[in-house]
Amino acid sequence: MTYIPISPKERDAMLETIGVKSLDDLFEAVPAKRRFPKLDLPPALTEMEAAARLEEIASANENVHSDLISFLGAGMYNHYIPSVVDHILRRGELYTAYTPYQPEISQGTLQGIFEYQSLIAALTGMEVTNASHYDGATATAEAVSLAWAQFRGKRKKVIISPTVHPQYRAVLRTYTQGMELETAGDDPNADLNSEPADLAALIDDNTMMVVVQYPDFFGRVCDYSKLIETAHAKGALACVVANPTALALFKTPGSMGADIVVGEGQPLGIPMWYGGPSLGFFATRKSFVHKMAGRLVGETVDSRGQRAYVLTLTAREQHIKRERATSNICTNQGLLALASAVYMSVLGKTGMRQVAELCYHKAHYAAGELSKIEGMGLCFSEPYFHEFALCVGRPVEEVNEHLLEHGIIGGYDLGQDYPALKDHMLLAFTEMNTKEEIDALVEVLSEVSHD
Amino acid sequence: MNTPPNLKYTNSDEWFDPASGAMGLTDYAQSQLSDIVFVEMLVEPGDEVAPGRAIASVESVKASAEIYASASGKVAAVNSALSDKPDTLNSDPYGEGWMVKVEGGAAGDVMDAAAYIAYCDGRAH
Repeated sequence: MTYIPISPKERDAMLETIGVKSLDDLFEAVPAKRRFPKLDLPPALTEMEAAARLEEIASANENVHSDLISFLGAGMYNHYIPSVVDHILRRGELYTAYTPYQPEISQGTLQGIFEYQSLIAALTGMEVTNASHYDGATATAEAVSLAWAQFRGKRKKVIISPTVHPQYRAVLRTYTQGMELETAGDDPNADLNSEPADLAALIDDNTMMVVVQYPDFFGRVCDYSKLIETAHAKGALACVVANPTALALFKTPGSMGADIVVGEGQPLGIPMWYGGPSLGFFATRKSFVHKMAGRLVGETVDSRGQRAYVLTLTAREQHIKRERATSNICTNQGLLALASAVYMSVLGKTGMRQVAELCYHKAHYAAGELSKIEGMGLCFSEPYFHEFALCVGRPVEEVNEHLLEHGIIGGYDLGQDYPALKDHMLLAFTEMNTKEEIDALVEVLSEVSHD
Repeated sequence: MNTPPNLKYTNSDEWFDPASGAMGLTDYAQSQLSDIVFVEMLVEPGDEVAPGRAIASVESVKASAEIYASASGKVAAVNSALSDKPDTLNSDPYGEGWMVKVEGGAAGDVMDAAAYIAYCDGRAH
């Protein structure tokens, strides 16, 4: 589409319509001295000079590709991204963050979203996936919003496990302000060793949904089938916030009976950048499709019988429901959903499982070595995936400063969110961490323990 | 357009049967919406409704609409079969397509069939 600025004729017509003679008249309300203030700018640089200056500024950044070794996860993970992902994203016909407003003329974009939806549905073990949300936290909040719409305010309680990502819980609190929800379980001082079944005790006839994380914020993997069964017996829904990498290896939340599976799609071929943008996936059962936020792309045939893609449902959006819309999220992360679709299809089922296995084994190797250090040890005894809480016996900030001096980004300081886990860090391991890197971490932490 | 003379009609295209307490969507409304693909009942037996209160949410291939109560009263029955067969609203809006029945129903601001036909004609031109 060509961008055509207004012609002088059109401008004059507009000025006449609003009843002013000239542009100067239009801006009369702005004090003259404010209209064209003198800008205090340095002398202009040539393009070559500007490029050199920017390069110099950019080189001050340190990154996990060439400068630093990272063991920081807590929601964002450093995975390898095959180069084909970027090549497909940068194709001109796909390089837009948005679903087009006349979606059917963009068959390629719709096909990308359709394939993304199909792959996420397979990965989570669910029937339906929407075209995506902004990130895992907003997708989680949309799950609660679905439950709210499902019970139309007749049930008001949502149970949130304290082992759901603390930032997701914070987003949830912000998002649901004014909905007059009652929350239970969302307590950083709760017993973090308790079984998921203990959350079941909080479920009552007023409970609309139970939200748990899988693996949980501390990397622990457990089967939520029984908890979900209890929720269903009380007529409540169950939402599982899942790490997509782990789903390639473990039982799917769908097979545990979850009604909604959401999560952060960043591990699926999206760089960590500086914390975003990322991708939120949202999968559910067919019976909830009319309550689902966002949009759903479907496959059909056109008038000539050829395969075609359409925007099948946008049931809750403002342009359909107007003031009755139950979600304000009308957009999706089109480009990043495409990135994750390319990532998943390039790796395939086997490749994704291999990535998950590498993560799992590297974390378990690291845990074994780190446990040998005097004064350090794993905080929990449950099975875990690629992340675990390590007691370091001294302030995490201090330990991380020491690690950074050795070019290592250490773990997430759990004491920030859980008072009982002061001096504990959450360490993450992916296929990107070599044995040498893990050994280097162990060595530096051993030094710390002897200080 | 089918407009049974024994029913009362609202200007938001719902009907009310004073004899049975049933209410639903008019033939005119179903033809405007075209193929109805989804119905969600928003009330349960025992709920009190009043004119203007949404009793159902309907989606067609063209639009999404709320259906409002055409009378006040206590909900005695809800046609839950519509959820599985939403197209009943297209094929039989005054029969099998009834949505909610109320007890002790008092009609809201309604028209008779002749006035409703004139009202619909007025919108067609």
